[in-house]
Amino acid sequence: MAKYKGITVNPAKFHRSQIKFYIILLPMIVLALLPLIYIISTAFKPIEELFIYPPAFFVKNPTMANFRKLFGAAENTAFPMSLYLFNSIIVTVAVVFLGCLISLMAAYALSKRKFKGRKTIFKANQLALMFVGSMLGIPRYLVINALGLTDTFWVNVIPLLIMPTGVFLIKQFIDDVPDSLIEAARIDGAGEFRILTRVVFPVIKPAMATVAILFFQSAWNSVEASNMYINTEGYKTFAYYMNVLSSAGNGVAGRGMAAAASLIVVVPNIVLFVIMQSRVMDTMARSGIK
Amino acid sequence: MRLRTQAKRIGDIFDARSHWVMLIAYLLLFFAFILLPIILAVGLSFTNFNSVSIDSFEGLQNYIRAFTQDTVFMQKILPNTILYALIVGPGGYLLSFVVAWMLSQLTKTARTILAVVLYIPSLIAGVTISTIWVAVFNGDRTGYLNDLLLQMGLINEPVSWLQSSDYLMPIMIFVALWSSMGIGFLSMLSGILNVDREQYEAGLIDGISNRVQEVIYITIPNTKSQMLFGAVMAVVNTFNTTGLGVALSGSNPTPQYAGSLIVNHIDDIGFIRYEMGYAAALSVLLLIIVWLFNKLAYKLFGSSE
Repeated sequence: MAKYKGITVNPAKFHRSQIKFYIILLPMIVLALLPLIYIISTAFKPIEELFIYPPAFFVKNPTMANFRKLFGAAENTAFPMSLYLFNSIIVTVAVVFLGCLISLMAAYALSKRKFKGRKTIFKANQLALMFVGSMLGIPRYLVINALGLTDTFWVNVIPLLIMPTGVFLIKQFIDDVPDSLIEAARIDGAGEFRILTRVVFPVIKPAMATVAILFFQSAWNSVEASNMYINTEGYKTFAYYMNVLSSAGNGVAGRGMAAAASLIVVVPNIVLFVIMQSRVMDTMARSGIK
Repeated sequence: MRLRTQAKRIGDIFDARSHWVMLIAYLLLFFAFILLPIILAVGLSFTNFNSVSIDSFEGLQNYIRAFTQDTVFMQKILPNTILYALIVGPGGYLLSFVVAWMLSQLTKTARTILAVVLYIPSLIAGVTISTIWVAVFNGDRTGYLNDLLLQMGLINEPVSWLQSSDYLMPIMIFVALWSSMGIGFLSMLSGILNVDREQYEAGLIDGISNRVQEVIYITIPNTKSQMLFGAVMAVVNTFNTTGLGVALSGSNPTPQYAGSLIVNHIDDIGFIRYEMGYAAALSVLLLIIVWLFNKLAYKLFGSSE
């Protein structure tokens, strides 16, 4: 161990002593990037390169053939790929918008309003942070059936609108909004919804951006509804379609198309996160459970 | 004028109760998709529900069956689940913390870029398992791992990794750890960066003489709340990835049950064999396991109230 020289957290400048961290992190960075590079490389491989032996990792003659096939192949069938993509876009927009709205309202009420039952609800929400939908597949299936949501378009949306983590993160952020700011607005005669939209919302935008990303991921990547609850092909989503393409039965030739589809699923996730990352970090600073 | 004051009064009453208006959608959804399924699971676990009708009340029979008659459950599923959870949960958590700490020792630009890169696996994990990892671990010569090992002369015949009862579980654990640096990791990184610098200066005066001491006496106590959030997220990640074995091997049950965890067993029994009552009992057992992990996290990092 190098001689200890005091504070080393968040250094302003590069120092020799940091090299060892880069060396330790390097294999993890390679592992984190390899799959992404693989998808990109495979998505642009022409068919001959998919079949060559020994298998090559990188593409030699990139082509758009896989994408053309992906968009073209399904055009002859009853459900073109663009329909799945369209469904996914509608589902994602609805989940992000409604999910954020519902979480924001709940978080504000839990943070800034004093009423009976507030503590209980927040405790329940905190306990539900650990809740994973797949744990209760069967009773959830029964509930969704009883609600008449099975084989409807909205089963893609409604079960995803509840996200305890989202409510938790927004609430922690609103806790830091000074009460005086809200009191001042109240004295000026602003109603609660006005306070929420005009006073609170503008200061908690980082938290909203973070939660929006989480909702985006849960909707855009979701295959559960299409797999379990929907029979009508026309209601299914793009992530599901991608999963079908990449399932084992499609063999080596299908790999190129599957990679092209994966790329379409993966890229928006990464782009959004890169754009929003500073806001996400800002939200995470307040994510502690006290 | 009177009309206006009246309208204002109604508005005031509405405002005074508006927290329920704001909460209603959240509460309904919470009830329908979280609370009700839990209640249903507990209730059904005492019956022999077969997805159509309930013929008899079974008492604790379903639970007794899990531990006495279901040999697959006792010999494969439960040990698999415990092994998987013990490695992926604490392992993924420790990995997240150590990596977050190392990143905190780097300059801002480098740290930001690396944090984004290391977060990517958790972002794309669900989507890419079947495309990427199946190609890497493919059982014939076209699999990248087989190709690599064959060229290095370490094996003579391609190994069918994903159909092997020896390799499936280690591969699952590897893939789960690969994707374990999610929002818990970001939370801890952010927590470490936000520790008051004065704390470190005070520690220096108090005689802290190396980085290990610094982590133990300053970093961890000051990021406890983020570490708890991270721990809860580690539990979530562990049980969220339990479909891995089925996704990788392409079948449920997995080859010789080598990669089958409780969630897969529940699906097998509930959705394939329609023994919903028994499946509900297993769901309740799973809930208890997850809850215990959660409890442990709070015990370790929760503030004493």
